[in-house]
Amino acid sequence: MLKTRIIPCLDVKDGRVVKGVQFLELRDAGDPVESAKAYDAAGADELCFLDITASHEARGTLLDVVSRTAEACFMPLTVGGGVRTVEDIRTLLLAGADKVSINTAAVKDPDFVARAAEKFGNQCIVVAIDAKRTSAPGAPDEWQIFTHGGRTPTGIDAIAFARAVTAKGAGELLVTSMDRDGTRSGYDLALTRAITDAVTVPVIASGGVGGLDDLVAGVAQGRASAVLAASIFHFGEASIAEAKAHMAAAGLSMRLDV
Amino acid sequence: MTGETVAIIDYGSGNLHSAAKAFERAAREAGLDGTRILVTSDPDTVRGADRVVLPGVGAYADCRRGLDAVPGMVEAMTMAVHGGGRPFLGICVGMQLMASRGLEYEVTAGLNWIPGDVGPIHPADPALKVPHMGWNTLEPDQPHALLDGIPTGENGLHAYFVHSYALKADHPTDVVAHSDYGGTVTAIVGRDNLVGTQFHPEKSQRLGLALLANFLRWRP
Repeated sequence: MLKTRIIPCLDVKDGRVVKGVQFLELRDAGDPVESAKAYDAAGADELCFLDITASHEARGTLLDVVSRTAEACFMPLTVGGGVRTVEDIRTLLLAGADKVSINTAAVKDPDFVARAAEKFGNQCIVVAIDAKRTSAPGAPDEWQIFTHGGRTPTGIDAIAFARAVTAKGAGELLVTSMDRDGTRSGYDLALTRAITDAVTVPVIASGGVGGLDDLVAGVAQGRASAVLAASIFHFGEASIAEAKAHMAAAGLSMRLDV
Repeated sequence: MTGETVAIIDYGSGNLHSAAKAFERAAREAGLDGTRILVTSDPDTVRGADRVVLPGVGAYADCRRGLDAVPGMVEAMTMAVHGGGRPFLGICVGMQLMASRGLEYEVTAGLNWIPGDVGPIHPADPALKVPHMGWNTLEPDQPHALLDGIPTGENGLHAYFVHSYALKADHPTDVVAHSDYGGTVTAIVGRDNLVGTQFHPEKSQRLGLALLANFLRWRP
Protein backbone atom coordinates (compact mmCIF):
# COMPACT_ATOMS: atom_id res chain seq x y z
CA MET A 1 0.00 0.00 0.00
CA LEU A 2 1.22 3.51 -0.81
CA LYS A 3 2.06 5.48 2.32
CA THR A 4 1.41 9.09 3.29
CA ARG A 5 4.57 11.13 2.94
CA ILE A 6 6.04 13.57 5.46
CA ILE A 7 8.16 16.26 3.84
CA PRO A 8 10.30 18.65 5.87
CA CYS A 9 10.94 21.87 3.96
CA LEU A 10 14.09 23.94 4.33
CA ASP A 11 14.23 27.58 3.26
CA VAL A 12 17.61 28.20 1.69
CA LYS A 13 19.13 31.62 1.06
CA ASP A 14 22.57 32.12 -0.49
CA GLY A 15 23.31 28.46 0.18
CA ARG A 16 22.41 28.62 3.88
CA VAL A 17 19.36 27.44 5.81
CA VAL A 18 17.26 30.40 6.92
CA LYS A 19 16.62 30.40 10.65
CA GLY A 20 18.57 27.16 10.94
CA VAL A 21 17.61 23.75 12.11
CA GLN A 22 17.78 24.06 15.84
CA PHE A 23 17.03 20.67 17.31
CA LEU A 24 19.61 18.55 15.60
CA GLU A 25 23.07 18.54 17.00
CA LEU A 26 24.67 19.61 13.80
CA ARG A 27 28.18 20.91 13.47
CA ASP A 28 26.77 23.58 11.22
CA ALA A 29 23.04 24.17 11.63
CA GLY A 30 23.05 26.55 8.69
CA ASP A 31 24.33 23.98 6.21
CA PRO A 32 21.42 22.57 4.19
CA VAL A 33 23.38 19.41 3.43
CA GLU A 34 23.92 18.64 7.12
CA SER A 35 20.20 19.17 7.78
CA ALA A 36 19.27 17.01 4.80
CA LYS A 37 21.48 14.18 6.05
CA ALA A 38 19.87 14.38 9.48
CA TYR A 39 16.36 14.23 8.01
CA ASP A 40 17.43 11.35 5.78
CA ALA A 41 18.64 9.44 8.84
CA ALA A 42 15.46 10.39 10.73
CA GLY A 43 13.26 8.72 8.09
CA ALA A 44 11.74 11.72 6.31
CA ASP A 45 9.95 10.50 3.17
CA GLU A 46 11.15 13.33 0.95
CA LEU A 47 12.98 16.60 1.33
CA CYS A 48 12.11 20.00 -0.04
CA PHE A 49 14.50 22.94 -0.53
CA LEU A 50 12.89 26.28 -1.19
CA ASP A 51 15.45 28.75 -2.49
CA ILE A 52 14.63 32.30 -1.44
CA THR A 53 17.84 33.84 -2.72
CA ALA A 54 16.92 37.19 -4.18
CA SER A 55 19.41 37.35 -7.03
CA HIS A 56 19.49 34.95 -9.91
CA GLU A 57 23.28 35.31 -10.02
CA ALA A 58 23.66 33.43 -6.74
CA ARG A 59 22.20 30.31 -8.35
CA GLY A 60 25.52 28.53 -8.25
CA THR A 61 25.44 28.16 -4.48
CA LEU A 62 22.03 26.46 -4.66
CA LEU A 63 23.22 24.05 -7.33
CA ASP A 64 26.20 23.18 -5.15
CA VAL A 65 23.88 22.51 -2.20
CA VAL A 66 21.64 20.32 -4.36
CA SER A 67 24.49 18.26 -5.77
CA ARG A 68 26.13 17.72 -2.38
CA THR A 69 22.76 16.67 -0.93
CA ALA A 70 22.05 14.27 -3.78
CA GLU A 71 25.42 12.62 -3.25
CA ALA A 72 24.84 12.11 0.47
CA CYS A 73 21.10 11.40 0.74
CA PHE A 74 19.48 8.46 -1.02
CA MET A 75 15.98 9.87 -0.88
CA PRO A 76 13.82 12.07 -3.11
CA LEU A 77 14.56 15.79 -3.22
CA THR A 78 12.30 18.57 -4.52
CA VAL A 79 13.79 21.99 -5.18
CA GLY A 80 11.85 25.18 -5.79
CA GLY A 81 12.23 28.93 -5.83
CA GLY A 82 13.02 31.19 -8.76
CA VAL A 83 12.50 28.51 -11.42
CA ARG A 84 11.69 30.47 -14.58
CA THR A 85 12.98 28.57 -17.59
CA VAL A 86 13.36 25.07 -18.97
CA GLU A 87 17.09 25.61 -18.56
CA ASP A 88 16.60 26.36 -14.81
CA ILE A 89 14.85 22.99 -14.50
CA ARG A 90 17.51 21.18 -16.46
CA THR A 91 20.34 22.52 -14.30
CA LEU A 92 18.50 21.58 -11.08
CA LEU A 93 17.75 18.06 -12.32
CA LEU A 94 21.33 17.63 -13.50
CA ALA A 95 22.56 18.82 -10.10
CA GLY A 96 20.54 16.00 -8.54
CA ALA A 97 17.04 17.28 -7.79
CA ASP A 98 14.36 14.64 -8.42
CA LYS A 99 11.52 17.12 -8.73
CA VAL A 100 11.41 20.82 -9.43
CA SER A 101 8.74 23.11 -8.07
CA ILE A 102 7.45 25.95 -10.26
CA ASN A 103 5.52 28.85 -8.79
CA THR A 104 5.35 32.35 -10.29
CA ALA A 105 6.46 31.22 -13.74
CA ALA A 106 3.48 28.84 -13.92
CA VAL A 107 1.11 31.68 -13.01
CA LYS A 108 2.60 34.00 -15.61
CA ASP A 109 2.61 31.33 -18.31
CA PRO A 110 0.80 28.00 -17.75
CA ASP A 111 2.26 26.75 -21.04
CA PHE A 112 5.64 26.77 -19.30
CA VAL A 113 4.34 23.79 -17.31
CA ALA A 114 3.51 22.00 -20.56
CA ARG A 115 6.95 22.67 -22.02
CA ALA A 116 8.63 21.47 -18.83
CA ALA A 117 6.52 18.29 -18.60
CA GLU A 118 7.09 17.41 -22.24
CA LYS A 119 10.83 17.81 -21.79
CA PHE A 120 11.37 16.12 -18.44
CA GLY A 121 8.20 14.11 -17.79
CA ASN A 122 5.32 15.14 -15.53
CA GLN A 123 6.71 13.05 -12.65
CA CYS A 124 9.32 15.71 -11.90
CA ILE A 125 7.20 18.83 -12.38
CA VAL A 126 5.58 20.15 -9.19
CA VAL A 127 3.47 23.30 -9.36
CA ALA A 128 3.45 25.31 -6.14
CA ILE A 129 0.09 27.01 -5.62
CA ASP A 130 0.04 29.88 -3.12
CA ALA A 131 -3.60 30.66 -2.40
CA LYS A 132 -5.57 33.02 -0.18
CA ARG A 133 -9.23 32.87 0.70
CA THR A 134 -11.07 35.69 -1.08
CA SER A 135 -14.66 34.75 -0.29
CA ALA A 136 -16.57 36.70 2.35
CA PRO A 137 -17.48 34.84 5.55
CA GLY A 138 -20.60 32.79 4.90
CA ALA A 139 -20.24 33.02 1.12
CA PRO A 140 -19.23 29.95 -0.94
CA ASP A 141 -15.53 29.13 -0.63
CA GLU A 142 -13.24 30.88 -3.05
CA TRP A 143 -9.47 31.15 -3.14
CA GLN A 144 -7.21 33.16 -5.39
CA ILE A 145 -3.62 32.68 -6.45
CA PHE A 146 -1.23 35.17 -4.87
CA THR A 147 2.39 35.71 -5.82
CA HIS A 148 5.36 37.41 -4.15
CA GLY A 149 4.93 35.70 -0.82
CA GLY A 150 1.20 36.32 -0.71
CA ARG A 151 1.35 40.06 -1.35
CA THR A 152 0.27 40.22 -4.98
CA PRO A 153 -3.22 39.08 -5.99
CA THR A 154 -3.61 37.72 -9.51
CA GLY A 155 -7.38 37.39 -9.79
CA ILE A 156 -6.90 33.74 -10.77
CA ASP A 157 -9.18 31.20 -9.08
CA ALA A 158 -7.06 28.63 -7.25
CA ILE A 159 -9.20 25.60 -8.11
CA ALA A 160 -9.41 26.49 -11.79
CA PHE A 161 -5.66 27.08 -11.81
CA ALA A 162 -5.01 23.70 -10.18
CA ARG A 163 -7.07 21.99 -12.89
CA ALA A 164 -5.37 24.00 -15.64
CA VAL A 165 -1.77 23.25 -14.61
CA THR A 166 -2.61 19.59 -14.08
CA ALA A 167 -3.99 19.43 -17.60
CA LYS A 168 -0.74 21.05 -18.80
CA GLY A 169 1.31 18.30 -17.20
CA ALA A 170 2.02 19.06 -13.53
CA GLY A 171 2.68 15.74 -11.79
CA GLU A 172 2.05 17.03 -8.29
CA LEU A 173 0.69 20.15 -6.61
CA LEU A 174 2.18 21.83 -3.53
CA VAL A 175 -0.75 23.77 -2.08
CA THR A 176 0.13 26.47 0.45
CA SER A 177 -2.46 28.54 2.25
CA MET A 178 -1.01 32.04 2.49
CA ASP A 179 -3.62 32.80 5.16
CA ARG A 180 -2.27 30.06 7.37
CA ASP A 181 1.44 30.08 6.50
CA GLY A 182 3.40 30.92 9.65
CA THR A 183 0.30 31.10 11.87
CA ARG A 184 0.54 27.61 13.39
CA SER A 185 -3.26 27.35 13.20
CA GLY A 186 -3.31 24.32 10.89
CA TYR A 187 -3.67 23.80 7.15
CA ASP A 188 -6.60 25.42 5.33
CA LEU A 189 -8.33 22.05 5.07
CA ALA A 190 -11.17 23.29 2.88
CA LEU A 191 -8.63 24.57 0.36
CA THR A 192 -6.61 21.35 0.47
CA ARG A 193 -9.71 19.24 0.05
CA ALA A 194 -11.16 21.38 -2.74
CA ILE A 195 -7.96 21.06 -4.78
CA THR A 196 -7.46 17.36 -4.01
CA ASP A 197 -10.99 16.67 -5.20
CA ALA A 198 -10.47 18.76 -8.35
CA VAL A 199 -7.34 17.02 -9.68
CA THR A 200 -6.08 13.49 -10.36
CA VAL A 201 -2.46 14.14 -9.28
CA PRO A 202 -1.06 13.96 -5.73
CA VAL A 203 -1.44 17.06 -3.56
CA ILE A 204 0.97 18.17 -0.81
CA ALA A 205 -0.66 20.17 2.00
CA SER A 206 1.40 23.12 3.21
CA GLY A 207 1.17 26.21 5.38
CA GLY A 208 0.16 26.57 9.01
CA VAL A 209 1.21 23.41 10.83
CA GLY A 210 1.25 24.02 14.58
CA GLY A 211 1.09 20.47 15.88
CA LEU A 212 0.91 16.84 14.90
CA ASP A 213 -2.89 16.78 14.74
CA ASP A 214 -2.63 19.26 11.87
CA LEU A 215 -0.64 16.68 9.88
CA VAL A 216 -3.35 14.08 10.51
CA ALA A 217 -6.09 16.51 9.45
CA GLY A 218 -4.25 17.37 6.24
CA VAL A 219 -4.66 13.77 5.14
CA ALA A 220 -7.84 12.68 6.91
CA GLN A 221 -9.84 15.78 6.03
CA GLY A 222 -7.78 17.51 3.36
CA ARG A 223 -7.16 14.15 1.60
CA ALA A 224 -3.59 15.20 0.79
CA SER A 225 -1.10 12.55 -0.36
CA ALA A 226 1.72 14.23 1.53
CA VAL A 227 2.13 16.78 4.30
CA LEU A 228 4.81 19.44 4.34
CA ALA A 229 6.00 21.25 7.44
CA ALA A 230 8.98 23.32 8.47
CA SER A 231 9.21 24.87 11.89
CA ILE A 232 7.71 22.08 14.00
CA PHE A 233 10.48 19.84 12.75
CA HIS A 234 13.33 22.36 12.55
CA PHE A 235 12.73 23.64 16.07
CA GLY A 236 12.50 20.19 17.55
CA GLU A 237 8.87 20.34 18.67
CA ALA A 238 8.38 16.98 17.01
CA SER A 239 10.67 14.45 15.42
CA ILE A 240 9.84 12.75 12.13
CA ALA A 241 9.41 9.49 14.06
CA GLU A 242 6.97 11.09 16.52
CA ALA A 243 5.00 12.59 13.65
CA LYS A 244 4.79 9.22 11.90
CA ALA A 245 3.81 7.41 15.08
CA HIS A 246 1.10 9.99 15.74
CA MET A 247 -0.27 9.73 12.21
CA ALA A 248 -0.15 5.93 12.28
CA ALA A 249 -2.01 5.92 15.60
CA ALA A 250 -4.68 8.06 13.92
CA GLY A 251 -5.16 5.30 11.37
CA LEU A 252 -3.06 6.65 8.50
CA SER A 253 -0.69 4.39 6.55
CA MET A 254 2.85 5.51 7.25
CA ARG A 255 6.26 4.20 6.27
CA LEU A 256 7.90 3.17 9.49
CA ASP A 257 11.18 1.75 8.02
CA VAL A 258 14.51 3.22 9.16
CA MET B 1 34.94 -10.60 -6.23
CA THR B 2 36.88 -7.40 -5.81
CA GLY B 3 37.82 -5.37 -8.79
CA GLU B 4 34.57 -5.68 -10.70
CA THR B 5 33.45 -2.77 -12.82
CA VAL B 6 29.86 -1.56 -12.95
CA ALA B 7 28.90 0.59 -15.93
CA ILE B 8 26.06 3.03 -15.32
CA ILE B 9 24.99 4.12 -18.78
CA ASP B 10 24.86 7.89 -19.23
CA TYR B 11 22.68 8.88 -22.16
CA GLY B 12 21.59 12.30 -21.01
CA SER B 13 18.76 11.07 -18.81
CA GLY B 14 19.20 13.07 -15.66
CA ASN B 15 21.69 13.08 -12.83
CA LEU B 16 23.64 9.90 -12.31
CA HIS B 17 25.97 11.04 -9.53
CA SER B 18 23.36 10.17 -6.95
CA ALA B 19 22.96 6.69 -8.43
CA ALA B 20 26.74 6.27 -8.63
CA LYS B 21 27.12 7.32 -4.97
CA ALA B 22 24.39 4.90 -3.95
CA PHE B 23 26.20 2.06 -5.75
CA GLU B 24 29.49 3.05 -4.11
CA ARG B 25 27.89 2.97 -0.68
CA ALA B 26 26.13 -0.32 -1.40
CA ALA B 27 29.45 -1.79 -2.53
CA ARG B 28 31.14 -0.66 0.70
CA GLU B 29 28.32 -2.07 2.81
CA ALA B 30 28.52 -5.36 0.91
CA GLY B 31 32.26 -5.54 1.56
CA LEU B 32 32.99 -5.18 -2.16
CA ASP B 33 35.44 -2.35 -1.71
CA GLY B 34 37.27 -2.93 -4.95
CA THR B 35 34.18 -2.41 -7.08
CA ARG B 36 34.59 0.40 -9.57
CA ILE B 37 31.44 2.36 -10.45
CA LEU B 38 31.72 4.03 -13.84
CA VAL B 39 29.22 6.55 -15.18
CA THR B 40 29.83 6.22 -18.88
CA SER B 41 28.56 6.96 -22.36
CA ASP B 42 31.32 4.90 -23.94
CA PRO B 43 30.09 1.64 -25.57
CA ASP B 44 33.52 0.01 -25.16
CA THR B 45 33.38 0.59 -21.41
CA VAL B 46 29.93 -1.00 -21.33
CA ARG B 47 31.12 -3.94 -23.40
CA GLY B 48 33.99 -4.51 -20.99
CA ALA B 49 32.03 -4.02 -17.76
CA ASP B 50 31.20 -6.85 -15.36
CA ARG B 51 27.77 -5.41 -14.63
CA VAL B 52 25.58 -2.99 -16.56
CA VAL B 53 23.02 -0.52 -15.19
CA LEU B 54 20.54 1.39 -17.35
CA PRO B 55 18.85 4.24 -15.43
CA GLY B 56 16.21 6.51 -16.94
CA VAL B 57 13.85 9.30 -16.04
CA GLY B 58 11.41 11.20 -18.20
CA ALA B 59 9.26 10.17 -21.10
CA TYR B 60 9.71 6.76 -22.75
CA ALA B 61 10.22 7.99 -26.30
CA ASP B 62 12.66 10.69 -25.12
CA CYS B 63 14.73 8.09 -23.27
CA ARG B 64 14.73 5.71 -26.24
CA ARG B 65 15.87 8.53 -28.54
CA GLY B 66 18.58 9.47 -26.04
CA LEU B 67 19.83 5.90 -25.89
CA ASP B 68 19.83 5.56 -29.67
CA ALA B 69 21.70 8.85 -29.96
CA VAL B 70 24.79 7.28 -28.38
CA PRO B 71 26.40 5.47 -31.32
CA GLY B 72 26.89 1.77 -30.67
CA MET B 73 25.40 1.79 -27.17
CA VAL B 74 22.41 -0.49 -27.73
CA GLU B 75 24.68 -2.95 -29.54
CA ALA B 76 27.23 -2.81 -26.70
CA MET B 77 24.53 -3.38 -24.07
CA THR B 78 23.07 -6.26 -26.04
CA MET B 79 26.45 -7.84 -26.49
CA ALA B 80 27.38 -7.54 -22.80
CA VAL B 81 24.01 -8.81 -21.63
CA HIS B 82 23.02 -11.43 -24.17
CA GLY B 83 26.40 -12.45 -25.51
CA GLY B 84 28.38 -12.03 -22.32
CA GLY B 85 25.74 -12.95 -19.77
CA ARG B 86 26.60 -9.95 -17.59
CA PRO B 87 24.15 -9.02 -14.86
CA PHE B 88 21.98 -6.13 -16.03
CA LEU B 89 19.82 -3.78 -13.95
CA GLY B 90 17.28 -1.39 -15.47
CA ILE B 91 15.91 1.36 -13.24
CA CYS B 92 12.55 3.14 -13.75
CA VAL B 93 12.36 4.07 -17.45
CA GLY B 94 15.55 2.00 -17.85
CA MET B 95 13.48 -0.98 -16.67
CA GLN B 96 10.59 -0.01 -18.94
CA LEU B 97 12.96 0.10 -21.92
CA MET B 98 13.52 -3.66 -21.40
CA ALA B 99 9.93 -4.21 -22.60
CA SER B 100 8.78 -4.67 -26.20
CA ARG B 101 7.00 -1.34 -26.54
CA GLY B 102 6.25 1.90 -24.74
CA LEU B 103 2.81 3.43 -25.22
CA GLU B 104 3.48 6.85 -23.63
CA TYR B 105 2.35 9.65 -26.00
CA GLU B 106 3.39 7.49 -28.98
CA VAL B 107 4.28 3.86 -29.65
CA THR B 108 8.01 3.40 -29.15
CA ALA B 109 10.00 0.22 -29.62
CA GLY B 110 11.75 -1.03 -26.51
CA LEU B 111 14.69 -3.43 -26.30
CA ASN B 112 12.25 -6.38 -26.29
CA TRP B 113 14.19 -8.27 -23.63
CA ILE B 114 11.10 -8.74 -21.43
CA PRO B 115 8.12 -9.21 -23.77
CA GLY B 116 5.29 -6.86 -22.84
CA ASP B 117 4.00 -3.30 -23.16
CA VAL B 118 4.46 -0.24 -20.98
CA GLY B 119 1.07 1.42 -20.65
CA PRO B 120 -0.72 3.90 -18.39
CA ILE B 121 -1.69 2.82 -14.88
CA HIS B 122 -5.38 3.07 -14.01
CA PRO B 123 -5.96 2.49 -10.29
CA ALA B 124 -9.37 0.91 -9.71
CA ASP B 125 -10.06 3.35 -6.88
CA PRO B 126 -10.58 6.82 -8.42
CA ALA B 127 -9.34 8.43 -5.20
CA LEU B 128 -5.87 7.05 -5.91
CA LYS B 129 -3.76 9.65 -7.66
CA VAL B 130 -1.55 9.27 -10.73
CA PRO B 131 1.49 9.43 -10.81
CA HIS B 132 1.91 6.57 -8.38
CA MET B 133 4.25 8.68 -6.26
CA GLY B 134 5.85 7.75 -2.99
CA TRP B 135 6.69 4.76 -0.84
CA ASN B 136 5.10 1.38 -1.39
CA THR B 137 5.81 -2.15 -0.21
CA LEU B 138 6.77 -5.04 -2.50
CA GLU B 139 4.86 -8.30 -2.93
CA PRO B 140 7.20 -11.00 -4.27
CA ASP B 141 5.83 -13.23 -7.04
CA GLN B 142 8.86 -15.51 -7.04
CA PRO B 143 12.14 -15.76 -5.18
CA HIS B 144 15.01 -13.68 -6.57
CA ALA B 145 18.55 -12.94 -5.42
CA LEU B 146 17.81 -9.22 -5.66
CA LEU B 147 15.39 -9.52 -2.72
CA ASP B 148 17.65 -11.66 -0.52
CA GLY B 149 17.32 -10.59 3.10
CA ILE B 150 14.92 -7.75 2.29
CA PRO B 151 11.67 -7.82 4.28
CA THR B 152 8.76 -7.68 1.80
CA GLY B 153 4.98 -7.74 2.08
CA GLU B 154 2.66 -5.36 3.88
CA ASN B 155 4.98 -5.08 6.90
CA GLY B 156 8.17 -5.03 4.86
CA LEU B 157 10.48 -2.22 3.80
CA HIS B 158 9.38 0.39 1.27
CA ALA B 159 10.56 1.36 -2.21
CA TYR B 160 10.22 4.82 -3.76
CA PHE B 161 8.07 4.94 -6.90
CA VAL B 162 7.28 7.82 -9.20
CA HIS B 163 5.63 6.82 -12.47
CA SER B 164 2.41 7.00 -14.48
CA TYR B 165 3.16 4.06 -16.78
CA ALA B 166 3.97 0.47 -15.92
CA LEU B 167 5.26 -2.66 -17.61
CA LYS B 168 2.73 -5.41 -18.22
CA ALA B 169 4.81 -8.50 -18.92
CA ASP B 170 3.41 -11.05 -21.38
CA HIS B 171 4.83 -13.88 -19.29
CA PRO B 172 3.98 -13.97 -15.56
CA THR B 173 7.27 -15.81 -15.04
CA ASP B 174 9.10 -12.55 -15.86
CA VAL B 175 7.50 -10.73 -12.92
CA VAL B 176 9.59 -10.94 -9.74
CA ALA B 177 7.52 -8.62 -7.56
CA HIS B 178 4.57 -6.25 -7.73
CA SER B 179 3.05 -3.51 -5.63
CA ASP B 180 -0.59 -2.84 -4.94
CA TYR B 181 -1.98 0.48 -6.09
CA GLY B 182 -5.65 0.05 -6.88
CA GLY B 183 -4.57 -3.10 -8.68
CA THR B 184 -1.28 -4.74 -9.46
CA VAL B 185 1.69 -2.62 -10.55
CA THR B 186 4.80 -4.43 -11.77
CA ALA B 187 7.65 -3.51 -9.44
CA ILE B 188 10.48 -5.88 -10.45
CA VAL B 189 10.94 -7.91 -13.62
CA GLY B 190 13.63 -10.51 -14.15
CA ARG B 191 14.75 -13.17 -16.57
CA ASP B 192 18.11 -14.96 -16.58
CA ASN B 193 20.79 -12.31 -16.02
CA LEU B 194 18.35 -9.41 -16.54
CA VAL B 195 16.51 -7.58 -13.80
CA GLY B 196 14.67 -4.27 -13.67
CA THR B 197 12.98 -2.18 -10.99
CA GLN B 198 10.15 0.26 -11.61
CA PHE B 199 11.05 2.05 -8.36
CA HIS B 200 14.26 3.94 -7.69
CA PRO B 201 16.60 1.88 -5.51
CA GLU B 202 19.02 4.82 -5.42
CA LYS B 203 16.26 6.84 -3.71
CA SER B 204 14.89 4.07 -1.54
CA GLN B 205 17.12 4.43 1.50
CA ARG B 206 17.48 1.10 3.35
CA LEU B 207 15.65 -1.15 0.89
CA GLY B 208 17.43 0.51 -2.01
CA LEU B 209 20.95 0.11 -0.69
CA ALA B 210 20.26 -3.54 0.27
CA LEU B 211 18.90 -4.25 -3.21
CA LEU B 212 21.87 -2.61 -4.93
CA ALA B 213 24.23 -4.63 -2.73
CA ASN B 214 22.35 -7.79 -3.76
CA PHE B 215 22.73 -6.82 -7.41
CA LEU B 216 26.49 -6.39 -6.95
CA ARG B 217 26.72 -9.88 -5.37
CA TRP B 218 24.36 -11.52 -7.87
CA ARG B 219 25.76 -14.47 -9.86
CA PRO B 220 22.99 -15.36 -12.29
